[in-house]
Amino acid sequence: MSSAAVARPVVEPRREALVPALRNIGLSLLVLAVVCLLWEAYKWLGERLEITHPFPVNNRTMPHVHDMVGQLFEPSRRNGPLLIDVLLDAAAFTAKEAAAGFLLGAAIGFGIAIVLSESRLLQRGFLPYIVASQTIPILAIAPMVVVWVNPKLPESLAGWGAVSVIAAYLTFFPVTINTLRGLQSADPRAVELMRSYAGNRWMILRKLRIPASFPFLFTALKIAAPAAVVGAIIGELPSSIQDGLAGAILNFNQYYITSPESLWATNIIAAALGIVFFLVVALAERLLVRRAPENVA
Amino acid sequence: MTTDAAAVSITALSKRFERGDVLALDRIDLDVQPGEFVSLIGPSGCGKSTLLRIIGDLIRPTEGDILVNGKSAHAARLDRDYGIVFQDAVLYDWRTVAKNIALPLEMAGWDRRRRDARVTEMIDLGELSGFEKHHPWQLSGGMQQRVSIARALSFSPPLLLMDEPFGALDEMTRERMNNELLRIWQETLSTVVFVTHSIAESVFLSTRVVVMSARPGRIAGIVEIDLAHPRSSETREDARFAEHITQVRRLLRKGHALDAPEEDEAPLYVAEEGL
Repeated sequence: MSSAAVARPVVEPRREALVPALRNIGLSLLVLAVVCLLWEAYKWLGERLEITHPFPVNNRTMPHVHDMVGQLFEPSRRNGPLLIDVLLDAAAFTAKEAAAGFLLGAAIGFGIAIVLSESRLLQRGFLPYIVASQTIPILAIAPMVVVWVNPKLPESLAGWGAVSVIAAYLTFFPVTINTLRGLQSADPRAVELMRSYAGNRWMILRKLRIPASFPFLFTALKIAAPAAVVGAIIGELPSSIQDGLAGAILNFNQYYITSPESLWATNIIAAALGIVFFLVVALAERLLVRRAPENVA
Repeated sequence: MTTDAAAVSITALSKRFERGDVLALDRIDLDVQPGEFVSLIGPSGCGKSTLLRIIGDLIRPTEGDILVNGKSAHAARLDRDYGIVFQDAVLYDWRTVAKNIALPLEMAGWDRRRRDARVTEMIDLGELSGFEKHHPWQLSGGMQQRVSIARALSFSPPLLLMDEPFGALDEMTRERMNNELLRIWQETLSTVVFVTHSIAESVFLSTRVVVMSARPGRIAGIVEIDLAHPRSSETREDARFAEHITQVRRLLRKGHALDAPEEDEAPLYVAEEGL
């Protein structure tokens, strides 16, 4: 009856994207190489031309890239372990705080978004304060969080638990704002469709609004993941935690004059940790969110 | 299907939109019998989509009565008495073709085994085999609309509401979809209320064409279509087909529809949250 052509899949389902992935990695490495090259070129020129603005160029202000990386494989102190081992231990400690804070903040942020999306009244009442919460510098609230949270924590969490709460404080905000937008992004006709199936609010939320919000949620999580790392490092400062990256940063700050490469090396590790957090979220997004290519950021 | 009760019974129904104070529908009377295929045709702004949404209890009338399968439109919606198809397929990106079709079945609480069996049937009905695991964005527009129709029919609703379902398709695809829709209508024995802009489409598909005029939306006249079933591409070359088209065209003109300048369809309805 139908004159439709023999049914054959016109487009193969998206499969392994290995080649593009490798190309992306190659491109990122290329950019990194170019940045290193520019750094070295500016340094070389600056030393020859004796540039003094905005700062004098020398080995202290701009150590060689290979010296920074090389420093990682020097002993951290006389007869001590290699710097990279020390820093990786510190990074692992900070990562634990950041990951716990990230998960806590993401869960709280998502929960707040759901509550606010279901009530215009609550949304109007609370949203200004949620925004205001982010205008308070984290350094100003960190000591209070430590004082409030730490005494109530079990021993296993003592110390770093408060830091996680600070990381969560930075995480929840983008998650709330983006998820709220995502929950409200559902096509009005899709809502009518759900109502035509006698769907109630809960069903519409579960089957339509929440899945529709996922691309927005993951955009937020990709912003929040590195922010959680920054939050954890800053949170370590007033908590007097020595085991994390903040301890290393403080320490090498003091020795910057004699060994600037150590601080730079620490920064490299901290940046790498943030990138790892981002990549984990990006990978999760690839695995979990199946959307039309044009709807994927 | 409820015995004897009209599929849709509309009495003195009016709809006024507060926003802009527009009288979208003015004292509409219309009965649709079970098994009928009724098209609503008229110019932009005649309220045909609004009328369809009132039948579906997606918006409420300002005045008048409406019964669907002998109950209030609200009760009929909660009983899942109708399936609806929009101009866009409105498929869920994150669901495969099979899972999109299964959505209303999930909502109705069917268990997995029943769902899977029904989805297989609907895949056959919509001639979608081989595409079960595809995502909507991997399909052509016509195919997406077939999924949308399969989804609307998956739970065997006695009534099918269609709001310009083929309006976004090219002419060739549209004619093919018309043929397929008639086949499905005859296989499923459902009642169809079909909103369209196309005179030829309304005549080809319907047992009755309801011609509406705009501002305020009124019924200008009703044309009985006595073309034999099953209809096919030859039907379009039938002399009676041309006559019916002229009848519909005359009624549209009587309603000043054809003389009125074309205007873009204003968003005449506003989705009301949480009815």
